[in-house]
Amino acid sequence: AEVEETLKRIQSHKGVIATMVINAEGIPVRTTLDNSTTVQYAGLLHQLTTKARSAVRDLDPQNDLTFLRIRSKKHEIMVAPDKEYLLIVVQNPCE
Amino acid sequence: GHPEIFPLVFTTKTQEIFNCRADEDVTEENCFKLIKKEDIIQDMKTRATVSDFHPVKKIILEYPGEELLVVFDAKFQYGQNFYLVASEEAKEDLLKPPETVEEKKDDDEKEEESEEETLEVQPYKPPVHKPWVSLGSEKEVEEESVKETITKIKYRISRVRRKFGAPITFTDKNASHVKDSYLECTSYQDKSFSIKMLEKDVGIQMVPKLREAITQTTWTYPRNAATQYFPIELSNEEKEESLSSGKLKEFLTSVHLRMEIALQQNEIMNAFFDDWKALTEEESSSGGKPHVYLKAYQSFTDLHYFKDRTISCVCWHPTISGIIAVSTRGQLSYEERVNLSDKSLLQQPVILFWCSFDPTHPQLVLECPEDICCFQFSPSDPSIIAGGCINGQVVLWDISQHEEKLQNVKPVADGTEITAVNMVNVSILNKLQCIYMSVGKNGTEPPLVRCCAVSSIQDSHEKPVTDIHWLPDYSEDNQMDATSENRAETSVQLVTCSPDCSILFWDNPAMKPSSEKLKEEDVFGMPIDVPDTSKHLDLCWKPLVQINLCENDTNAEYSPVRISFRELHCQYKTSDVPAKQSLYRERSTSSKNVKVLESISTDLLVGTEDGDIVYSDWKVEIDSDSEKQVSQKHTQKYTIHTETINTLQRSPFFKDIILSIGGQTFAIWKEGVTNGPILHSSCSAGRYTAGKWSLTRPGVFFIGRDDGNIDIWDLLKKTYEPSQFQNISESMITFISPWITSPNQHFLAVSDDLGILHVLEICQTLSQPSENE
Repeated sequence: AEVEETLKRIQSHKGVIATMVINAEGIPVRTTLDNSTTVQYAGLLHQLTTKARSAVRDLDPQNDLTFLRIRSKKHEIMVAPDKEYLLIVVQNPCE
Repeated sequence: GHPEIFPLVFTTKTQEIFNCRADEDVTEENCFKLIKKEDIIQDMKTRATVSDFHPVKKIILEYPGEELLVVFDAKFQYGQNFYLVASEEAKEDLLKPPETVEEKKDDDEKEEESEEETLEVQPYKPPVHKPWVSLGSEKEVEEESVKETITKIKYRISRVRRKFGAPITFTDKNASHVKDSYLECTSYQDKSFSIKMLEKDVGIQMVPKLREAITQTTWTYPRNAATQYFPIELSNEEKEESLSSGKLKEFLTSVHLRMEIALQQNEIMNAFFDDWKALTEEESSSGGKPHVYLKAYQSFTDLHYFKDRTISCVCWHPTISGIIAVSTRGQLSYEERVNLSDKSLLQQPVILFWCSFDPTHPQLVLECPEDICCFQFSPSDPSIIAGGCINGQVVLWDISQHEEKLQNVKPVADGTEITAVNMVNVSILNKLQCIYMSVGKNGTEPPLVRCCAVSSIQDSHEKPVTDIHWLPDYSEDNQMDATSENRAETSVQLVTCSPDCSILFWDNPAMKPSSEKLKEEDVFGMPIDVPDTSKHLDLCWKPLVQINLCENDTNAEYSPVRISFRELHCQYKTSDVPAKQSLYRERSTSSKNVKVLESISTDLLVGTEDGDIVYSDWKVEIDSDSEKQVSQKHTQKYTIHTETINTLQRSPFFKDIILSIGGQTFAIWKEGVTNGPILHSSCSAGRYTAGKWSLTRPGVFFIGRDDGNIDIWDLLKKTYEPSQFQNISESMITFISPWITSPNQHFLAVSDDLGILHVLEICQTLSQPSENE
């Protein structure tokens, strides 16, 4: 389906380590990693996204969180939030 | 009991005969009946076995007296209703005392008396004083008793009488005046006699080792509650449902654009790249370390095997770290060798295995039929070693039995200990062989391994084999000279070249581990320490393919000294740098295992004896004109070096960069650049004799010279002269081999003409590549 295709396309980008789709409760719906790691990512990032969103909205109620990028030494975690779901992609940006 | 009492059963008949009828003639009170002996005997004779006296017949016959006492045993004290008293004394005792008792006692006590009578069988005898019989106990008593051995010293002390009772005056003394505030009589060791304690009674008790220890974990958060949880997960059906829901689709469509932008941004450039930081690293590496050099780590030599011999080839063991193998060769030239008819003067050529822990004793000795010019470990099975001999033969060894021993070599000074330890480690199957081998040798002798396959002399090269390589997997030649794919993961083929203008491809006979095939009959048939893996191939091993290198126009032949295969994706090629190559393969069609691969490029680079580098193709084609198999055309020929090429090696980092060393120059070539080398050094003072690329830094290579120096060339620093040179030994360097044992330890094995193997440690700057090198 389209869903598959989109996810596949994202996954095939250069340097992408993992892709995950989390629902509004923080439960992973679709993932390319193993279960335990996914669950860990989901729990932590879900909370962080909620916190970030509330921070943005607190500062300006008209605003909303569109994208969250966490850059670490080893790779970059990108979170795209939405009303019901969360798309998490982990990429290794080094060439 | 009473030995004189014999219980008897009296039948009524007997009782009538003897007038001792129960309760009539004899009663409880009057229980004694004297019966004449003769009557009894008479009765016994008449009634024989029926007689009640029969059981005690013997006693009656022996009875000394005239009358026997029979006592009525109303209470069945002895088991029967009568008993016979068998001795006179007892009779008297029984008769007399009861009578006396009866006389003395009253009638009231008659019952008691009767009881006493019945109870008392033995008359009371007061103890008779017997003389004391010594049983030996007085000796013990004497031993244990304490007697005074020395006479007591008597002292007599006397004093003048007037001193008794005299008035005494007391004085005060200040304690602090006295030294140490106290007086004492110090003890001192009396030298006049000292008792030497020869024996000491000590009590020893085994106590179990017990130790009590108490620990306490740190209780960082003093809370007495803990939660254990597991995450909520969706079941598979729920996942499927949500995947197909429309909401997810919407979400993804709205989100994926953002995500892709972000991903692409990362791909384009690394926004967080710290340029300053990268600069500092380069600085530190080139920041003038004057002591960039090779540290001497160890040097191996063996006086026994290496006398007057030079080392021809050095190879590190691919899997076992710290093991290095060295092959030796005589230094005599050909004519001298021919003239030397007495072969016994020539030493047995060997390959020695050294371990870095034990520099004086070789770990393993491989016997060679002839001097070995070059050898290689098989990349897939490091226990198989192929070597090329000076007479053109190719030899195989199998050291799988000794793998364990080599792995288990520990840095122990004592050589015997090593063998002892390894004896335990050897499996049962190999035990027979190893025990046999080490019997008769002291522990310091390394085990000797004979070659297990030797090629046939006629089919081998005619001149010394100068280069030998294993072809890695994925390729196999068959007799039809079509390369086909080999699905097995093992290296099965060898390529050798020799100055007799030919390159031979050898098929590795199927090697099975020797431990499986150890049969009884084979063990006895041949020397024990040779694995019976390819015995049948001894001296009849033939090469598969032979390629003669001919020059294009003049039909003269080349004499290759070194060869180097190439390897590229999508085509079959091999490289002569051991390890770390992966093959990419495109298969044209695939239906069976053995396929003829059309898209094979079979280029090869040959360095010849005359200093030519020939770039040619070894695929054999049928020459349509003469209808015989002619090896194809070669494409290029370069004559740059003036002398024999002694090194031809591909860079481990770039597949198409080749280093060639010969004579007084070296050159770096790039495949595809056909008009010459991309770098050609100027003539140096001495001759270059050996060279190798560094394994870790792409721009560094090592060259050995004939004066014992090693030149380290760092192409990033200077391209016109060596960045460093260092003297290693006095004689010519014959072979260089770099190796990495651990991420911090990089070694360079350098062998020289005197037969000494130096292992040098490459310092950090030479081994760590800088950024983007």
